[in-house]
Parts: sequence; C-alpha cells; structure tokens
Amino acid sequence: MQYIMPLWPAYSELFLLGMVCVILIADLFVSDDNRIITYALTQLTLLGCFLITLSTLAGPPVHTFSGMFVADALAGVLKLTVYIGMAMTLAYSRAYLAARGLFRGEFFALSLFATLGMMVMISASNLLTVYLGLELLNLSLYALVALLRDSRPATEAAMKYFVLSAMAAGMLLYGMSMLYGATGTLDIAQIANHIVHGSGSQAVLVLGLIFVIAGLGFKIGAVPFHMWIPDVYHGAPTSITLLLSSPVKFASFAFFMRLLVQCLQGMVADWQLILIILAVLSLAIGNIVAIAQTNIKRMLAYSTISHMGFVLLGILAGDSNGYGAAMFYVVVYVLMNLGAFGMVLLLSRSGFEADQLDDFKGLNQRSPWLAFMMLLVMFAMAGVPPTVGFYAKLSVLEAVLNAGYVWLAVVAVIFALIGAFYYLRVVKLMYFDTPQDDAPIIVHPDAQVLMSANGLAMLLLGILPQPLLVVCTYAIQYSL
Amino acid sequence: MIFGLPLLSVAIWVPIVFGVLVLFSGSDRNAGTARVIALVGAVLGFLVTIPLYTQFNLHQHGMQFVEFTPWIQTFNINYHLGIDGLSLLLILLNSFTTILVVIAGWKVIQSRVAQYMASFLFLSGLMNGAFSALDAILFYVFFEATLIPMFIIIGVWGGPNRIYSALKFFLYTFFGSVLFLVALIYLYVVSGGSFALYTYYHLPLSLTAQILIFLAFMSAFAVKLPMWPVHTWLPDAHVEAPTGGSVVLAAVMLKLGGYGFLRLSLPIAPDASHYLSPLMITLSLIAIVYIGLVALVQSDMKKLIAYSSVAHMGFVTLGYFIFNAHGMEGAIIQMISHGFISGALFLCIGVMYDRLHTRQISDYGGLINRMPVFATLFMLFAMANCGLPGTSGFVGEFLVVMGSMKHSFWIAVAAASTLIWAAGYSLWLYKRVVFGAVGNARVETMADLNLREFIVLGLLAVAVLALGLYPAPFAAVLHTPVHDLLALVSQSKLPVQ
Repeated sequence: MQYIMPLWPAYSELFLLGMVCVILIADLFVSDDNRIITYALTQLTLLGCFLITLSTLAGPPVHTFSGMFVADALAGVLKLTVYIGMAMTLAYSRAYLAARGLFRGEFFALSLFATLGMMVMISASNLLTVYLGLELLNLSLYALVALLRDSRPATEAAMKYFVLSAMAAGMLLYGMSMLYGATGTLDIAQIANHIVHGSGSQAVLVLGLIFVIAGLGFKIGAVPFHMWIPDVYHGAPTSITLLLSSPVKFASFAFFMRLLVQCLQGMVADWQLILIILAVLSLAIGNIVAIAQTNIKRMLAYSTISHMGFVLLGILAGDSNGYGAAMFYVVVYVLMNLGAFGMVLLLSRSGFEADQLDDFKGLNQRSPWLAFMMLLVMFAMAGVPPTVGFYAKLSVLEAVLNAGYVWLAVVAVIFALIGAFYYLRVVKLMYFDTPQDDAPIIVHPDAQVLMSANGLAMLLLGILPQPLLVVCTYAIQYSL
Repeated sequence: MIFGLPLLSVAIWVPIVFGVLVLFSGSDRNAGTARVIALVGAVLGFLVTIPLYTQFNLHQHGMQFVEFTPWIQTFNINYHLGIDGLSLLLILLNSFTTILVVIAGWKVIQSRVAQYMASFLFLSGLMNGAFSALDAILFYVFFEATLIPMFIIIGVWGGPNRIYSALKFFLYTFFGSVLFLVALIYLYVVSGGSFALYTYYHLPLSLTAQILIFLAFMSAFAVKLPMWPVHTWLPDAHVEAPTGGSVVLAAVMLKLGGYGFLRLSLPIAPDASHYLSPLMITLSLIAIVYIGLVALVQSDMKKLIAYSSVAHMGFVTLGYFIFNAHGMEGAIIQMISHGFISGALFLCIGVMYDRLHTRQISDYGGLINRMPVFATLFMLFAMANCGLPGTSGFVGEFLVVMGSMKHSFWIAVAAASTLIWAAGYSLWLYKRVVFGAVGNARVETMADLNLREFIVLGLLAVAVLALGLYPAPFAAVLHTPVHDLLALVSQSKLPVQ
C-alpha cells in the first residue's frame, strides 16, 4: 500500500469528468448550425478515455481512493467496450437526433455523465461506489429518456422508468444494508472474506442476497423484473433506446461480477438457484412474447430479455469459465444490438420512425447492402453459424453443461429455437416481401461505413472468434 | 497435393470466394456478368475436386488429404479437414450438381440474378465443408450455415406459398440441430475438452448416454434426411422452391443427414445404434412402403418426386441399420444415385414448368408428340427412379435388399416392395404426362429442349448410366471406409464394469 494515493487508476474517469465540464461550457458558445463541434468533442473525449484506459490496462488489480475504487483487467476491458459502444451509439444517432431537434449540448453532456456512471460502477470495489455509479447512470438516463419532452410516449416511459428504477435502487440499497449489518463492512473483498469464514448471520445474508439480486435483475431486465424494458425501449427516442440497451449492458454485467461474484461468491449455491429461475423465465417470456410484437423496438426489447437469460446462464455456471462465456455473450449481444437498433436509426427520417416491423418490408429491393447487414445481424441474434452469435451461445452452453445442468442447456436451446422465428421474420420481411414505402434511403457516409463494419463484424468475428474470447477470458481470469 | 495446395480447403473456398465475387457484380443490369462469373466459379469448383479422386488412395485406412489448423483454442476447436471414400463421392456429387443448377438457372431466373447464383455457390462451398469436417463444431458450423442460403433461395425465388415453406424448412431443421449441438457440447465435456470426432469414436459411454446422444443426433439427421415422420417439411419446401433449389435440396442437402448418420451417429453411439435398430428399421420400412403409396396419389409433380425422395431415403437408413457391408455400401450408392436421379427429375419438371407454368399432372398429356427428345430423357430418369437394372437406381437398391435378406427375410420382402411402388408412381406419372394424345391446346405450343437444357439433362443421363452399368469406380472407394465403419460399429463402447 502506497502512502500517497495513486490517482492513475482513475485517470480516465477524471479526464472524462473534466471534459464534460469543458463540453458543457463550450456548447454555450456553439450555434445550432455548428453543433457538430460538440459532437466531435464528445467523440474525442471517448477516444481520449479509450487511449488512457488502454495505456493503463493493468495486470494485477490496483486499489485506490482508500480501497473504494479498483482498476483491474475486468474494469479495463469493460470500460474499453463501453467507450466503443458509446461512440457507436452517438455515431448512429447523429442524423436521427438532428432531425428531431435533440442534437444539442445536453444530450452529449448527459450521455457522458451516463458513461461516467458506468465507469464508476465497473471500477467499484465498495458497495457505496457501486451505488454511486448506479445512481449517476440512472439519473442521466431518466433525463435522456425524457429528452423529447413533447412526446407523450417518451414522457410516460421516463416516468415509468424513474418510478420502477427508484424502487429497484431502494431494494438494492436495502440488500446492501443487510450485507453491512451482517458483516460490518461495505468493502467488497472484506464482505467476501466474512462470508467465506462463516462470520455473520446466515439468515440476514441470504435475505440481503435476495434484495441485491432484485436490484441486479431489474438493471439487467431479467424476468420478473423486466416490466419496464418494453415500455421504456418503445417510448424512448430510438437513440436513447440504443444507449440504454447497448453500452449500459456492460455496466450491468460489471454490476453482476462485482456484487454476485466478487462479493457473494461464498453464497454461490444460494444465488445459483435464484439465477436458474430468473434465466429460464427470461428465456421463456422474452422469446415467446417477442413473437407477438409488431413494433421492432418492442420486439428487440423482448429479445434483450431473452438474451439476458443467456447471460445469466453463463453467470450461474459459477466458475471463471462461465463468467468468461457470459462476458463474451454480453460483448457479442451489444454488437448485435448496436447493429439492429442502428438500422432502425438509419431507416428513420424526419417525421418518420422506422420502428414498425412492416417498415422493413422489401428492404432488399430498396437497399440490398443494408438488407444484407441486417440479415447478418438477425442471423447472429438467432445464433446461426457462421455468425458470431453462434459462438456466444456455444460458449454459454459449454459452461452450463460443464456445470452439470444438461436439462438447462436443452431448455435454453428450445427457447433459442422459438426465438429464431421472430428474427427470421425480419429477414422474411426484408427479402421476401415487396416494399411498402419507396422513399429513398439517405444514409450519411459515416453511418453507412459504421453499419457495414458492424454487420461484417458479425461474420468476421464468427470466422475468427478467438481474439475476442481470449480478451474475455483474460479479463475474468486476472480479476477474480 | 497438387502444387502443395490444400485441396480440401480449395474445394470449400473456391465456390465461396466466387460467390462473393458474384454478389459484388452488382444489380440486375449486370446479370450477364453475374451468370458468367457464377459458371466459372462452379466449373472451377468442380475441377478442383477432381484431383481428390485421382489422387485418392483406395487402400489407405482413415482420412486422407488431412488439414489441421488450430482455430478457436479456447474451446480446442480446430479447422480439421479430411475425407474418406464416402465424403469423396458426396463432394464430387455436390460440385457436379452446382454446375448443373447454375446452367439450369441461366435464363429462368431474371430477378436478382447475382444473389441467386451467389446463394448456390455459397451452398456448394459450405456443403463441401460439411462433408470434409473432422471437428464436431466445424461440421456443425458448415451444416447449419447451409440453412441461410437455402432459406433465401426458397423464400425469394419460390412459388406462391414460399414464405410458409421457407420458414417451415428453417425452423424444422434448426430444431433438429440445436439438440444435436447440446449433444456435441456434452461429448466435449465428457471427453475432457475435445471436439475431434476421432476422440469420440473411442470414448466409453454408458448405454443411457449413448441413447440420448443418438436421439439428439437423430433429431438433426432424421429431419435433414428426412425420415418418416419428420419429413413433412420436404414436400412443402420442394413444391415452393425454384427448380435449382429443389435440385440441390434433393440431390445434395438431404445427404448431409445420411452422411451425419455414418460419420457421427453410428460410430459415436454404436451400442445405442444396435439397441435402437429395430426402431430405425421400422421407420425406414414405413417410409418405403407408406410414403411410396402417398407418392402414388399426388397430383403435383414436384410433390410426387419429393415423396419419392423420402421413400428412397428410407432405403438409405434401412441399409445403415442392418449393419452389413452390402447394406451400407448399397445405402451410400443409393444416396449418390438418388442425387443424380432426383436432380434430373426436378430439372425435367423445371423444363415443363418453364413452358406451361403449372406442375399439375392433369395439365399435361401427350408431351411425346411435341417434345420427343425430352420424353426420351425423362423416360430414362423415370426408369432409373424405379430401379431399372442398368441405371444407377438399381445398384443401391439391389445391394440394400441383398443386405437385408441376410438380416431378415421379411424385411427384405418389405424393402423389395419398393420396386412395385416406385414403378407405380414413376411410370404412372410418366404415362399421364408424356403418353397419349396431346392433352390440351397449351401443350401443343411446347417446344422441345434447347441446347442448355439438353446439356444439363444429358450430363445427368450419362452419370445415371455410368453408375448403373459400371459402378466399380464408385464402389471401389467405399470398401475401405465401410469396412472400417462396420468394425467401429461392432465394437461395444460400454464402460467396462
């Protein structure tokens, strides 16, 4: 332990915080026509953070701020993915936001604050830090969801999100207070130590665990804590939905790793059972209800729920193998999700949200290339090789079978099969049906390139999944 | 190896690379370019498979042309290729068929030509991959990836009810294969972290485990083949698919199922195979007899041939599960022969459909008056379909019946009844369509085969006769793998108490 607190593990957070302030002030001096400057500054900030985190990507974990904050491989890798996810979200959203008058300073400031919240959550090594990061993230998200303030669905979504999320945060806090009551500390490593040595009341710990899982389940959107997902995904402007469903998932994953794995690993037998129930319900409800949707944002919302069921399967395997698989699944899922919502954003234009499934009809005739990218994304979501979605499912199933749950793997693939139907329906609409709408599709070159990269990544990572798998295994092995 | 080239990889990737090129040749304004590139790709794809045959060592046990590159080290998945005689024949059949479908779709397909041609080239490369993969996951990837192009082919260029058929095709086969995947991962865990098929061949497994694995494998292969009672997707898919799609589906894609039984089910779960063989034989006989009768009453020509395919595949599974060399070799030859015959029959129906745009038998009649050349070739294929000696259809069926005679007299009787059913539906179809007076005014307008159609059907006619009259070159490559496989299947893998 050094005498002087090292600041370098938190350089990226500090840099981001500084830059948000700069952007907030700089934006005041930028006219609406030049808002692109704010956008560029935001992207540069993310790039800067990326470089800082990359250069400090450490081997052994380093604690700072009196053990409240940790920089380890898991945090490093997850932060890098958050920056990438965030940068892609912003790039996809540019034209969409501009067409709706949301291309303004507050969007960027709030997005960056949300990013900061995610980073704090990811690097937390104390229950208080976890909560701090979570609240910073949540408050930014509430405001972002309500950003389109004249829209009734958006306002309703924000309200719903706020009320339910506040309740979930309350449960989480209650659970944390029980953990504190049983062990007398908020430090994650120390709580883990207490649990391993059997000190502290078992009953209080188990009760605390249940409340913590309720909070976690809400954040990740696992059934039965999923009620907010379809409404918020549907009601929020599509770019905000993309933000909510993509980069935030990395923070949710870190949330699981820090609380369940690092803090409560000693109670793995208890939470494994609960996660099995959550996972099976999420797979079932997510996949079955998605079939009935006519709105693609709602469909993808239910698809998120089912994918999170798969992530939970990886986590409940309860070993580093499973956590690595779950992390790989999250990364792949976010990439697929960016592609899917990105496509909705690209097809939208002023006064037209391409959020109905029927809006995808005949896309192959209107733009064969975009249709092909969406085809790759949809087959990846369905888990069909040679797309990367298959390897995500493969690694999770491997972990589940390795843990001895053959029946769980069978249940998972059956629901994945049901899920394949609604992804195929999108392909069917694009390729087999005739277009309803002949308006030309105007896509900015940067978004076009990004979408091509995103779609082809499904295929390239499917042919060469090894590097990404290695990164995930590395992040887990060097942190736990 | 020729010039040190990895021949199997070349056979897989040449069609795929050409498929990408075709895809990039642009919209339908450049349809001509797309067609030419596709044809070059298909022909080249076939040429590169010929050295596989010429350099094949008939007496070498195990796999030849082996390629091994680590691929996904995290799960010990390798890019591991190799072929034996069985794979060799299927690869040749596949590459050959690809040329035919490219030529057959030359003028018929007028919309989105590039996508159509590219789909078939992708399909060809992927199926070559499946036939040569020695790593379970590599096999699975190729096996599953074939669904995507076929789904698109049926859905985009298919008939009026194409969407229903395409979805049914995809979901049916996907259902089969997800359970297959679970079984593979289970084997990975049990074998201590290996996806190499060869390690599974010698892995001791309890009977319960073997039965479950066998059933999981069967769910994939029985659907693909297809066996009764999971065959119902096939008539739908065939009826709606464009001619090329039907040809590839019947000629090659179904064989993935037949191949899977031999490469995975039998050697990995030999005790379960023996234990469940009464079930498999019963299902096969039901397919042969019952589906043969179903074919008899079809009024749609494509449906009739689709059911005939199911019945013929019943012969294939029957040949496998009587566990003797005659049965197994007969079954494999039956697969190859069915590839030629069913492909040819679907092409014949395509020829008629392109002229009259109907597949109903009742809309035809008296074709021989207008299309004598076509009628002759069609006659040959119809005869081959019912197993006339001298055609390829005879060899396989004869061997399987002979093999089942060794197994049980009554099974042989039931199996041999196919000669009656097949003759019934094939010849009755032929009689109604070709013979008699000219059926109606529209038939009067039909022109005989053009050069393109003649080349395609002519090539198939040569293949059918060659395999029928002189099967030795085909059968020779099969002796060693069949012998090895039977040795593996006869060895119990139950753990020693």
